Amino acid sequence: MALTLISTHTASADSSIDITSGITSTYDSYEFHMVNMHPANNNVNFTFQVNADGQSGFNETITSTSFRAYLKEDGTGGTLGYDGGADQAEGTAYQRILSTGTGSDNDQCVSGVMTLFAPASTTYVKHFTAVGNGTDHGEYEVTSYMGGYINVTAAIDEISFKFDSGNIDAGTIKMFGVS
Amino acid sequence: MPLTYISTTTASGSASLDITSGIDSTYNEYQFHMVNIHPATDSTAFGFQFNADGGSGFNETITSTIFKAEHNEGDSGTGLGYHTASDQGNGTAYQRVSYDMEIDSDEAYSGILTLYAPSSTTYVKHFVAKGNYIHHSGKYSQNTYVAGYINTTSAIDEISFKMESGNIDAGSIHMYGVG
Repeated sequence: MALTLISTHTASADSSIDITSGITSTYDSYEFHMVNMHPANNNVNFTFQVNADGQSGFNETITSTSFRAYLKEDGTGGTLGYDGGADQAEGTAYQRILSTGTGSDNDQCVSGVMTLFAPASTTYVKHFTAVGNGTDHGEYEVTSYMGGYINVTAAIDEISFKFDSGNIDAGTIKMFGVS
Repeated sequence: MPLTYISTTTASGSASLDITSGIDSTYNEYQFHMVNIHPATDSTAFGFQFNADGGSGFNETITSTIFKAEHNEGDSGTGLGYHTASDQGNGTAYQRVSYDMEIDSDEAYSGILTLYAPSSTTYVKHFVAKGNYIHHSGKYSQNTYVAGYINTTSAIDEISFKMESGNIDAGSIHMYGVG
């Protein structure tokens, strides 16, 4: 098994899920499987940020892209396009993983997988990619594709996930090492 | 999904990274994790090609598509679009997963290529890849999506990775079997 489960983190009305151990040089890449992330607030975005080894705060510099395909449940509005509201240019905000204003209805949530490449490198910036699917508050199905890099050569050893407003009502994040 | 590690190939001023064993009928699907692939030459492209069982040379016929999302560090440019110069219509060139790569010492390409059923002697061989790198002009984060097929019914048992120009200065490719 080259996909090794490192840890599981389950939200229960938490402001964030912070993974502060297990990201090391043991693996060359890491996968974060986000399953049924359900927000406490309506119309909010699921996001992540990282912290470099020896630093404090989830506030590293990120340049990223985001595009999405979406369709309303009534079959109208099918669109593919870049989402300028979900990218960053040398920003330090939490990066949107799923480019949708997730609804807070009981059955609405977002799920997806993010890959973080070589976080322990002290030579290169850290690339990441993600794809996910969510239920928008306006009854849209939204599939998001995101990529970018953490523009730092310091090792990354911590990651934080949260909604950009309100708590994570429920959901599970599994962290895997790929070796 | 069991992911079984098969091999790692590491570049050090290498003209190419050729994987000539381990691709067989054991697995129905293979993944190639390309981590921090750094070119020796500025503004070049990174890509892959295949060799069919019993054939010679990495020159199989490929039909492919490629599109990308981009956003620069200066926040002055974004885009989502098809990249005609990097696709192939029954071509035999190395298939690009990146182009116009930046050569700065902290910049590289990382991504994952999936090859389906390479040992089939009935069907063409499909592949998909996604990754992220930095474009040499204007510090663009480039998130690329490549897909296509090797237009042969012969089994594929070898794969080669290289830059279109110059060596692969550094980087690793991890090969996994899926299933």
